[in-house]
Amino acid sequence: MEETSIMEDGEQNREMEVAPALIAVHPTQESVAVAVGSDLRVFDLKTGSPVHLVDDTAEPFHRDSIRAVRYGAKGKLLVTAGDDKLVKIWHTDAWSCICTVLSEKRVSAVAISNDGLFTCFADKFGVVWAVDLDGFHDNQSSASKKAVPILAHYCSIITSLEFSPDGRFIISADRDFKIRVTVFPKKTSDGAHEIQSFCLGHSEFVSCIAFVGASDYPDGFLVSGSGDSTVRLWDITSGSLLDTCEVGAEAGSLGFPQSNGKEDECCSAITYLCAIPICSLVAVAIQGLSGVVLLSCNLSEKTLSITQVISIKGETFIPTSIGTSSSSDLLWMVTGVSNLQGFNSSSLARVKAISGFTKLNQVSGEIELTVLEDKDIPGGMQLLEKLQGSVKIEEDVFLAASETLKTAMRNLLIKKQYSVEKREFRKRGRNDRKNKR
Amino acid sequence: MLWIPWGKMLKNEASPHISKTTHLPRKRFYRARAHSNPLSDSHFPVPVSPCHVDYCLHYPQLFPSSDQSVNSKIQFADIGCGFGGLLISLSTLFPETLMIGMELRDKVTEYVKERILALRVENPGQYQNVSVVRTNSMKYIPNYFEKGQLSKMFFLFPDPHFKEKNHRRRVISPHLLDEYAYTLCIGGIIYTITDVEDLGEWMKACLEGHPMFEAVRDEELEADPVVKLLSSATEEGQKVARNGGQTFQAVYKRVVPSL
Repeated sequence: MEETSIMEDGEQNREMEVAPALIAVHPTQESVAVAVGSDLRVFDLKTGSPVHLVDDTAEPFHRDSIRAVRYGAKGKLLVTAGDDKLVKIWHTDAWSCICTVLSEKRVSAVAISNDGLFTCFADKFGVVWAVDLDGFHDNQSSASKKAVPILAHYCSIITSLEFSPDGRFIISADRDFKIRVTVFPKKTSDGAHEIQSFCLGHSEFVSCIAFVGASDYPDGFLVSGSGDSTVRLWDITSGSLLDTCEVGAEAGSLGFPQSNGKEDECCSAITYLCAIPICSLVAVAIQGLSGVVLLSCNLSEKTLSITQVISIKGETFIPTSIGTSSSSDLLWMVTGVSNLQGFNSSSLARVKAISGFTKLNQVSGEIELTVLEDKDIPGGMQLLEKLQGSVKIEEDVFLAASETLKTAMRNLLIKKQYSVEKREFRKRGRNDRKNKR
Repeated sequence: MLWIPWGKMLKNEASPHISKTTHLPRKRFYRARAHSNPLSDSHFPVPVSPCHVDYCLHYPQLFPSSDQSVNSKIQFADIGCGFGGLLISLSTLFPETLMIGMELRDKVTEYVKERILALRVENPGQYQNVSVVRTNSMKYIPNYFEKGQLSKMFFLFPDPHFKEKNHRRRVISPHLLDEYAYTLCIGGIIYTITDVEDLGEWMKACLEGHPMFEAVRDEELEADPVVKLLSSATEEGQKVARNGGQTFQAVYKRVVPSL
């Protein structure tokens, strides 16, 4: 009896695997892409119309949850990848898929090098692969390319991949707590063997990394968010920790309602962060927090501190992903999950935007940031209809989603912990024990 | 850290696990499975970073208090040290060098710990530079050692993982060599030996193909006293010698990669 219940438990978990919604913003805000489950939705802000994607090789484009969406630094390319082990590279002019790369394992993170010559992706085995994009820029070819493995985290799932602004390094963060800074090789086929540093200090999974920079600090500094509810600032050349911001604790003390006051281990985990290039700010999403926390990064003093907590009222809006362009005034956020049980709509995606960051640059001190009303978002209702799937979303869907989301994030970021009994049970099926019974 | 205070264990002299004649722990009480899955998620504590490694716990006589700044660092690491034969030999050969064994199986680690303790008691002033830790070195090497900290790394008779499917569990692999190259100083040496011909070839091929490692020349090997220990000092090596088996070694030096 007991055995079957344990088994079912495990299988149910697999069935209920839920992917959080993702958002990516074109570097000059020409378009916005949202991924919910296997669905990729793009809205063109220049023409103010939804984008029709073209992929000759497959329909639907992705057969399983998309786990990563990224624009290249120049905005010419968009990369999507996920659980169907496909990495798709889209050209943003014609919105056609110019290349599909097959991965051996599920893909957990992607990045495009700043010069647009390479796409890197990380798989579930912790291996980072590089794809040479040379020859794909003429918007023509639709061949499949081979990826080459360049580095590996030993069996820890990579949560985030990033190129340093000068393009010298590739940075990978994992579910153990490691951040590895590797010299990006001139020839990817040789592999990336030279480790510049490890940024060690987090005591839980690292969920996301980003570079904060400013005009006088073009190389920028690395920031990382983690399940230990801190955001840390790093010097990647030496791997030394410059500052730690206890976001979880401090956001709580700023009078932000912690969810039910329950001291859950992932209650205040940092699930996402995004650097806002125009003002050296970092927007941080925290598990269970309806809104975002803004951290300011003082690059000359090398410190991080909370400047503002922007709460979203009237809705339970816990962002699953945040994005911004390199110059615009807007911070885009999405919350959502790939599947919801017991509701008409099978998935949820809700997009919001915050404006006012350019004003912040000019006047120091208290700044007025506004969470835009739906009608004020660029692209308006048309954009929402495309990216969300529908304009209006019921409140109870949000509440259901926020619970699902919690489990989804936990599955995504936290390693499975088995109780002693479960561990024994799993061992029982092992070949060397079978004979004993 | 998963450490029973050293002092506490010393009091336990009447323990049946300790031999009455040699005062060393008896191996039969520390039997462990020969293999351990390095891929499984670990549940033991790991230091957050190399500066969190508690030297005073490992080398109490050399570092009496934990607030003291560490002026010398661990230089030798025996990865998968097993029952610790090599470490014990190295400890007296390099009495000024701090060294540590890393072992994934906790019973075996426990044995090595007891063995070092007993040796310290039997030989006052000696074996103070050697210690052991239970960890998965394939995952947590950067948590223990800084960049370029180590001058020697040992991989003696590692688990061969014959099946191709399990090759990624091998402790010498192209990607893991990147991490070893990171922890070794320029000129630092990596010693590998095995009695499995396939694995010997594999390890040699991995090292040969890596841009940051170069084979140590024969005359240097001749002059290196450590090389002789590879096959003679460890329990596994002695077993191979007893059965008249062959061994395959590969000794490589960390070099600056040519551009």
